[in-house]
Amino acid sequence: MSNKNSIIELEQVVVKFAGDSGDGMQLTGMQFSDASASLGNDLSTFPDYPSEIRAPQGTIAGVSGFQVHIGHKEVQTPGDLADVLVALNPAALKANMKWVKPSATIIIDIDNFDNKHYKKAGFIEDPLHDSSLKGFNLVKAPITSLSRATVRELNIGLDNKTADKTRNQFVMGLLFWLFDRDMTMGEHFLQEKFAKKPELVKANIAVLRAGFNYAETVEAMTNQFHVNPQKGRKGKFKKISGNIAASWGLVAAAEKAGLKLFLGSYPITPASEILQELSGLRNLEVKTFQAEDEIAGICTAIGASFGGYLAATSTSGPGLALKTEAAGLAVITELPLVIVNVQRGGPSTGLPTKTEQSDLLQAIHGRSGESPCIVIAASSPGNCFEYAFEAAKLSVEHMTPVILLSDGYLANGTELWPIPQMKDLPEIKTPRVKDNDPNYQPYKRDPEKLSRFWALPGQEGLRHRIGGLEKSDVYGEVSHDPFNHQLMCQYRAEKVNRVADYIPKQDIYGSKDGGELLVIGWGGTYGALYSAVKEMREEGYDISLAQFNYIMPLPKNTDEVLGKFKKRIICELNLGQFADYLRSIYPQYKYSQFNKVQGLPFFISELKKRFKTLLEEE
Amino acid sequence: MTDNNNSTQELTKKDFTVDSTIKWCAGCGAFSILSSVQNTLPKLGVKKDDFVFVSGIGCSSRFPYYIKTYGIHSLHGRATAIASGLKSARPDLNVWVITGDGDSMAIGGNHFIHLIRRNIDLNVIIFNNKIYGLTKGQYSPTTPMGSKTKTSPFGTIERPFMPGELTLGAQGNFFARVIDKEPRGMEDVFLQAALHKGTSIIEVFQNCVIFNNAIHEQITGKDVRDDRIIYVEHNKPLIFGKERDKGLILKGQDLEVVKIGENGISESDILVHDANNPNPNVHYMLARMTYPTHPVAVGVIRSVEDNTYEGLLEEQIEHAKANSKIKNVDDLLNSGNVFNIE
Repeated sequence: MSNKNSIIELEQVVVKFAGDSGDGMQLTGMQFSDASASLGNDLSTFPDYPSEIRAPQGTIAGVSGFQVHIGHKEVQTPGDLADVLVALNPAALKANMKWVKPSATIIIDIDNFDNKHYKKAGFIEDPLHDSSLKGFNLVKAPITSLSRATVRELNIGLDNKTADKTRNQFVMGLLFWLFDRDMTMGEHFLQEKFAKKPELVKANIAVLRAGFNYAETVEAMTNQFHVNPQKGRKGKFKKISGNIAASWGLVAAAEKAGLKLFLGSYPITPASEILQELSGLRNLEVKTFQAEDEIAGICTAIGASFGGYLAATSTSGPGLALKTEAAGLAVITELPLVIVNVQRGGPSTGLPTKTEQSDLLQAIHGRSGESPCIVIAASSPGNCFEYAFEAAKLSVEHMTPVILLSDGYLANGTELWPIPQMKDLPEIKTPRVKDNDPNYQPYKRDPEKLSRFWALPGQEGLRHRIGGLEKSDVYGEVSHDPFNHQLMCQYRAEKVNRVADYIPKQDIYGSKDGGELLVIGWGGTYGALYSAVKEMREEGYDISLAQFNYIMPLPKNTDEVLGKFKKRIICELNLGQFADYLRSIYPQYKYSQFNKVQGLPFFISELKKRFKTLLEEE
Repeated sequence: MTDNNNSTQELTKKDFTVDSTIKWCAGCGAFSILSSVQNTLPKLGVKKDDFVFVSGIGCSSRFPYYIKTYGIHSLHGRATAIASGLKSARPDLNVWVITGDGDSMAIGGNHFIHLIRRNIDLNVIIFNNKIYGLTKGQYSPTTPMGSKTKTSPFGTIERPFMPGELTLGAQGNFFARVIDKEPRGMEDVFLQAALHKGTSIIEVFQNCVIFNNAIHEQITGKDVRDDRIIYVEHNKPLIFGKERDKGLILKGQDLEVVKIGENGISESDILVHDANNPNPNVHYMLARMTYPTHPVAVGVIRSVEDNTYEGLLEEQIEHAKANSKIKNVDDLLNSGNVFNIE
């Protein structure tokens, strides 16, 4: 039976895949987004997985999800609510029902919708027969049974357990039909994915086709959708996550600076992927050291930095807390060091797999003594590359530790990222000293930057000692002199303040000369804030955005930016840490706040609602 | 502070001597350790600019300020971790760790065992005075059970660590024990430790004149030491005593002290020390021996060669460089799934 459904063109669409954590939903989501990228759609993805590795099957705790937002125009977030939800069992449906649009298409595996599964998922009533799914376009596909039948017909000796692992390809087949796509792309993905297991390639491709044919034949779905390629976007792109981008930014900085990279780290969600990625780059002379704890992670990095490496350590909130003492040592020894903190829900173990921005004040202040650090924040998965590079550049050029803030949302989310070329990246000048320089003193400073110079063990004629005890100005002898201590504290603070002379001015998206409302954000909330502000500007509102990437020090024009607007609202995924920080520096302005601490990113819809209310207030 | 005198002549102790005042208490055991290290370094055939001394916190850890080399005086317990990073990054350097019983066995215990497990080529000198000196007299993890100190007025109720036990338990390949007032013994052992490839742990019985004076005297005292110490040497029988008439034999599952010439025991029955034996069982027994049941072993108890962490790391890098198509960061950025959008 041929299909004569109409094809509806969409500007953008959000698809959410959900199932048990062993159902391959992450893979399916990636496959769908890769196919979308190949077709020239812009995209943003976000995985939503439980902190348990394999929670009991069929329960809410075991639901693993993956959200993909694809568009004909620029896409900045994985999307608020889904247009299409795939739920492989009742638990997946229950966990995600509140995150779909009212008229969404919901595809379920009807084979798993029975009393046994309802009970596990905690449904009291059968959701298919009460009113809970009213208004949705519900597609009840026998995904498990048809996948098994397809594999059985191949007669290649695969059992039901293996066959069940192909179910995600049935889903993929349905979606390829739903989005009017060429199947060969999905087939290529599987050929590469299972290159070493030809029987799995065969089975998965057969099930993929079965899903496609099912959709086409049974007219289960009324319409097909088409999202056109993005116009005016050319070049080479990669789908990249924040953690990979941060890792590569560090490698790029090392190459640019003519240094080798050392990462001392300890596995911690959601930062582990940085250690994993860099441990595979021995070919680029990257040395990774999986330490016995967070403290040894940063300490080995400090050792490597003293030895002349570009040294970094990666962690998340509780790990940053453990590193604070050693971060203080890097501050007083004035050695370069990049600390990548991928924030997650806190305090304590908190919400390890969920995103939050609640380590801001820990990053700015969380060390003993007067202990200033440069703090910067990345604001998209792709620009984790740029800001990791910048963190390394500032750290080396100013001889001080830099904390780079990322978060779980940036770290695991992906976007299409234009691949940079090394020749286009800025130079990194290392403040090295020549052998036998008669004027070298360990705490002699660059007159502009106030940074000291980097003499390495093994260099002739520069033997010196540094350490955690206060040192005398210029000569670096141990000193308990009260005036010297104050002087050194002031030097270290002023050195970090002067970084403001070397960073870009704060940009305003929107009314650059000022206006009604300035939305203020920092770091990983950029996508949602930008999208909300953009949509409202298109609706005619006078609203603008200042998204901060440089936190400590702030850009030099911050006061001017804040002063240009009648109203200001600071939006962040914590209870108001950046707001406290800005109020302490610029108390002359009045700030409204929008704070969310749910382990979730901002939704565009909730932001717009809040902004509109604020604009209506007198 | 820097030292710019740069002679290419043969090195002497003077090359490693600082002009500034050394601020240890008069009579502190640390002075002779410093002097022995300064006497050892010129014998190693290493450029003076290639030495680095890394220390933690405590009296002993002021050491880097008192020796003219590169140095870091770091954090309490973390010298082993910092030195691990430095040596992994820069295998060309000759790196020493200076630590104490509190620094290495308490706050730095975790880093200590993991350093040993990894077998990074560092020379670690533990100044074991069995007390916290810099904080003025609290008990440490090596303080004998029952000792009355500022924080144990009723006596400690904790069993002490023996650094040798911990070293061998963490798969250590080099362990030696020396005494602060025996400079020749120290120099000989420091030299062997420095030449050993892999983590070398040297426990020094060090005296704290102020807070734990004469803590080791029961073993090291002039009048008693011959009968209470056995100086172990590789390939030599384990004989001790003023009259050289006592020795160790393996009996059952333990070492036993025997008298040569009694009960038919002759010198040829005495166990010969094999520091190079990969099997650590006898080394473990030697390291654990305590007075009065046994003499305390001094000298190199274990010295076994194995791969070092930094050596294996360099091997992986060479192999990966030779076998990867990704030669630089541009290659990396363009690797994997690239979408060419036209």
